[in-house]
Amino acid sequence: MSLLKARNLAVFYGASQALFDVSFDISEGEVLALMGRNGMGKSTTVKAICRMLPLHSGVLELAGQDLTRLPSHRAAQLGLGLVPEGRRIFPALTVEENLIAAARPGHWDFVRVSALFPRLAERRVQRAVTLSGGEQQMLVIGRALMTNPRLLLLDEATEGLAPIVRQEIWSAIATLRRETGLAILIVDKSLAELRAVADRAVILQRGRSVWSGVFDDLTEEMSRDYIGV
Amino acid sequence: MIPERWLNGAILLGMLAVPLWAWADGAPFTITLATKVAILALAGVGLNIALGLGGLVSLGHAVFFGLGGYAMGILASHAQSFVPLAETPFLIEGTKSMPVIWLVAVVVSALAALMIGLLCLRTSGVYFIMITLAFGQMFYYFAISWPRYGGEDGLSIYVRNSFPGLNTLDPIQFFGICFAALAAALWLHGRLIASPFGLALNAARQSPARVETIGLSPFRLRLTAFVISGAITGLAGALFADLNRFVSPTMFSWQLSGEIIIFIILGGIGRLYGPVVGAALFVTLEHVLGGFSEFWQVYLGALLLAVVLVARGGLIGLVAGRERPHE
Repeated sequence: MSLLKARNLAVFYGASQALFDVSFDISEGEVLALMGRNGMGKSTTVKAICRMLPLHSGVLELAGQDLTRLPSHRAAQLGLGLVPEGRRIFPALTVEENLIAAARPGHWDFVRVSALFPRLAERRVQRAVTLSGGEQQMLVIGRALMTNPRLLLLDEATEGLAPIVRQEIWSAIATLRRETGLAILIVDKSLAELRAVADRAVILQRGRSVWSGVFDDLTEEMSRDYIGV
Repeated sequence: MIPERWLNGAILLGMLAVPLWAWADGAPFTITLATKVAILALAGVGLNIALGLGGLVSLGHAVFFGLGGYAMGILASHAQSFVPLAETPFLIEGTKSMPVIWLVAVVVSALAALMIGLLCLRTSGVYFIMITLAFGQMFYYFAISWPRYGGEDGLSIYVRNSFPGLNTLDPIQFFGICFAALAAALWLHGRLIASPFGLALNAARQSPARVETIGLSPFRLRLTAFVISGAITGLAGALFADLNRFVSPTMFSWQLSGEIIIFIILGGIGRLYGPVVGAALFVTLEHVLGGFSEFWQVYLGALLLAVVLVARGGLIGLVAGRERPHE
């Protein structure tokens, strides 16, 4: 049975339809890349899964449990750990406080998050607002892990970061995949990095999932047409 | 800048030193003023949990202060008249025991905060302020139109309520009770700030949407804070009624709600000892300037304006600087 089941998702922003027909599955321990050009509905899909946007129609289940009528915090309690785009920290709290505020019992605790991102341990008592962009992104990933999710959703987690910091984050994602077997949904534009960590990919075009498969089946022509690479 | 921890210690020592000096000097009125400071500061600590930590600007917190006061007034008036509060379905008698009165005051205030919070916390911003104000006015006018317990004239209690092992009529001993309650509330607030609940509440103040994504309900966090806040303010109301041996509808008034907010702004919103400094300054100004002019609140207003414009962290922030991370 798949961990996340999304079928024919349709989402509106007011009168404008943003998602028409998005369908995919994620299995336990699988890393899925959600790709597409800008404005094709990737972030909208993530927000819809996390119940931050109302679904107009479609099926959305996490481990067999219907998510469609749940508020956002209940979906997160069931095991969705979101890393939203734009480094959404709690600026007035320290690094440790950001993590403690999110903590739920399970494998991930402050020690394990610090081991994954040693920089966070070094900046433990520093206010989150004083961290660099990369450190803030590490903090947001750490905070999502502290909720001990079953599925981690990374929405443009490396966008706008320096190449060396991006590499640190990709390395942490690879560690997560290798050592914990956590299921991950990644939205990103870096095809090379996605190819290295993801098992499969789903491509969105104009609010529809138009292709799904392993990276070896993704031709150059498709990459150019659908992703612009 | 003086570290805030040291400043807090000095404030607490000052709170103790003034009444002890007055006791040694035979000045009971000064002890009564210090007791009033401790009680109003306790009400401020209550509101500071909702306002400072949760960002909830409640203009109806006098509801809980008044409920605590009336819990004391009603129970004590029945005890002094030997008329039971109720006979059916079971006998409920009045009482002059402070611990019992406090328990009733805290439970009643907490329940009221739960009911009011369930409705008010579905709104935010100016709507939240207006709805809490509306609840305050509802309770105020209900108290005015309740002749059984004095209506507009209020209710007098002839003898201060009792506390096991203490003579509550002795001003320094009653101060000790109020100071202990304040210290306990400050300790609780201090624990809350650094607890996962307090951090989550603080996070919800900064961004409710982000808090939802980590599996927490901002509404529940705020409701819990509102109930704790109301319960502490209710306890302050019971002590205030005991200090004056009198309760009246003014305990529910929106002006009192505003004054509690002023304590917090003067001392520093969200600063642990902010309400203590604010209440001490308020009572001092009331006593000192009130002797010169009945319009002393004009000076209070000017001070409030200066603090808001110049010292955004209140007087604590002025001396201790920006709030440090909680280590």
